[in-house]
Amino acid sequence: MALSGVEIFKNLPKTNCKKCGYPTCLAFAMKLAALQESVEKCPDLSEAAKQFLGAAAEPPIRGIVLGPKGIKVGEETVLFRHEKKFVNPCPIALNIKDTEGSDAIAKHIADVNSSEIDRVGQMLRVDFVCVSNESGDPVKFAAVVKQVAEGAPNAGLILNSSNPASIEAAITHCADKKPLVYGANAENLDAMVNIVKGKNIALGIYAKGLDALSDLSEKVKGMGVNEIVLDSGARTAKEMVEEYTMIRRGALKKSFKPFGFPVISFVSRDDSTFEAAVASLGIMKYASIIVVSSIEKWKALALLTLRQNIYTDPQVPMQVEQKIYKIGDANENSPLLITTNFSLTYFIVRGEIENSKVPCWLAIMNVEGLSVLTAWAAGKFVAGSISNFIKESGADKLVAKKELILPGYVSVLSGSLEEKLGDGWKVSVGPREANQLPAFLKARV
Amino acid sequence: MPFAIPKDSYAGKINSLTFGSGDKAVTIGGENGLPFLSFESSISNRPVVALEIQDVAPSDWPDTVRKVYDGVSGSPAQWAKFCQDSLGAKIVALRLVGTHPDRENRSADDAVKTVTEVLSAVDVPVMIIGSGHIEKDAQVLKAAAEAAKGKECIIGKAQEENYRTIVTAAIANNHKIIAMSQLDVNLAKQLNILITQMGFNRENIIMDPMSSALGYGIEYTYSVMERIRQAALVQNDPMMQTPLLCDIGPNVWKTKESAAPESELPEWGSLEERGIVWESVTAATMIMAGCNLLVMRHPKAVETVNRLIGELM
Repeated sequence: MALSGVEIFKNLPKTNCKKCGYPTCLAFAMKLAALQESVEKCPDLSEAAKQFLGAAAEPPIRGIVLGPKGIKVGEETVLFRHEKKFVNPCPIALNIKDTEGSDAIAKHIADVNSSEIDRVGQMLRVDFVCVSNESGDPVKFAAVVKQVAEGAPNAGLILNSSNPASIEAAITHCADKKPLVYGANAENLDAMVNIVKGKNIALGIYAKGLDALSDLSEKVKGMGVNEIVLDSGARTAKEMVEEYTMIRRGALKKSFKPFGFPVISFVSRDDSTFEAAVASLGIMKYASIIVVSSIEKWKALALLTLRQNIYTDPQVPMQVEQKIYKIGDANENSPLLITTNFSLTYFIVRGEIENSKVPCWLAIMNVEGLSVLTAWAAGKFVAGSISNFIKESGADKLVAKKELILPGYVSVLSGSLEEKLGDGWKVSVGPREANQLPAFLKARV
Repeated sequence: MPFAIPKDSYAGKINSLTFGSGDKAVTIGGENGLPFLSFESSISNRPVVALEIQDVAPSDWPDTVRKVYDGVSGSPAQWAKFCQDSLGAKIVALRLVGTHPDRENRSADDAVKTVTEVLSAVDVPVMIIGSGHIEKDAQVLKAAAEAAKGKECIIGKAQEENYRTIVTAAIANNHKIIAMSQLDVNLAKQLNILITQMGFNRENIIMDPMSSALGYGIEYTYSVMERIRQAALVQNDPMMQTPLLCDIGPNVWKTKESAAPESELPEWGSLEERGIVWESVTAATMIMAGCNLLVMRHPKAVETVNRLIGELM
């Protein structure tokens, strides 16, 4: 259960020694309460206090680091993204069956290796491969795991088998890659735990239904495994949304320890578009890892984009890159407009310019993601800074006639901006709202 | 350790709203919990999808979706009939985009003619949506509301600047209304209050929080809708308990993802499937945020989201 800053403070040495990096014990306590610091930073803590605070400060959902690139899953703190940011974007994993031919597997590997896309400055990709032991054969399974580990050296691996012998055979090929061993259940538990125990390897556990999963989770924890990933067997859309909601609520609101772990979701459908729609539910509603059966480029693009959208910080506006964007077939006679780099502002202004069918240059200025009026009020979208940006942007080389169109809301800037720009620049005032842009632009042609 | 399912109880309930006439009438809303959590709430009516048609041929739609309607999209009545009879649409949403002054600038009389034709061509409920031009919508929707008297349509969108005329016409002709505000919980509530202050029954309002497409600010719409739903259900705010509309077609089908050919962007894959998945995932996101009524364009995307809703129920 989360403690308040004052409750934590009572257990600190109260010496204000600053060894933790904070000026006072109270300041440190406040950071601990906000889960932004770890108790280990205090070197003088009594053993009793350490245990008490350590248990209390443990994140309600454990974070687990997986794969050669060290991708963290779990550690979420809220049910709704408007409360606080969703922190660790759920990796998408491609499922590969060990019964597929070597050529088919090579193609899957190539798909994973070429899955990277650039989306508003972030590089997104399919980060994991799940190898499934459909054959039941340890030798076959190990061979495919080896092929994937070598072929996609940067991908994280999920070893999916309920046969301990298969896991044992395969793990030698990827033990240094922080794989997830998935498939522990009530029957194979002892053998599976023996494989991962003490090796710092996470164990995915499966039990159908939440009571059985809770029992299994406790048992595994009791056997000394701390890195657990949960699968309640939810496969239909309804089960996914309901059970993942219950698991997250249990962990966050009831401090139900057996469910304080990341959740793995397996979605597989005959129709790939439909599978994408089902996977999107997992992205929104609390899956920590999503295993899909195919990753066509269009499908990966949609899922990775949704994940990026859902996992953005609602307190920090999304920003687009500062530069001059060419819209349509803009040339030296096309109008040049300016607005701010708040992503919604950019999307809406760009959309309306596209609607107008008038090719334009759109200068997007970095004001830390504020909208036009807010940026102006904050002193970030003013004559001096706009003039510097336009001069440095090379805009004068793009347009023959030096004219800059300003959003109507900051028409007050036109005089001073024209003065600051000098050099023959003319500043015109555009409409206040983006939806008036088509009429405005068409009237100029 | 046995797990006690952590159930939330909700003080509020979403209004249920029936539109259209006869045995094809459709009811939306009525749920008393957050989306699809049937272990703690009851979902009286599943979200439904309306297929969009327009009063003019959809020359600005990407080929992928435009070609579906080739041969019928020259006539709104045929287009509507095609949606109802061949595609199984439960609702047809007629967008009078041709009345926009920057488009064909069709008159209110032209719009009335189209509305009358469409209404006599189909017996599923019809939604009548203006072009989004504030002043023109007031004229056009007023005339359209009169022409559709007796059909219990959904008309809109009423916005802060033009709601008076549209609401008056809806009261006089017994229609439901779409109240649209711009991505803001408080503005949405305020518009609902203004509309009810005119004597309009709040149970006849559908709220449009302003949709956006996947990759283009959908997280704002998503969170605004989640907050609206919490205000309605948890805080029991009667002014927030109206069903939610997401009109996603225009946003989805103007994105680069739905239109740019694979030859230009090989890393984005097949254009045909990309457009459909863009509309499908956008729709899936909206229903998880609480959407009751979707307006969409591509029948394959509609099929996908209907299948998803089926699996969620």
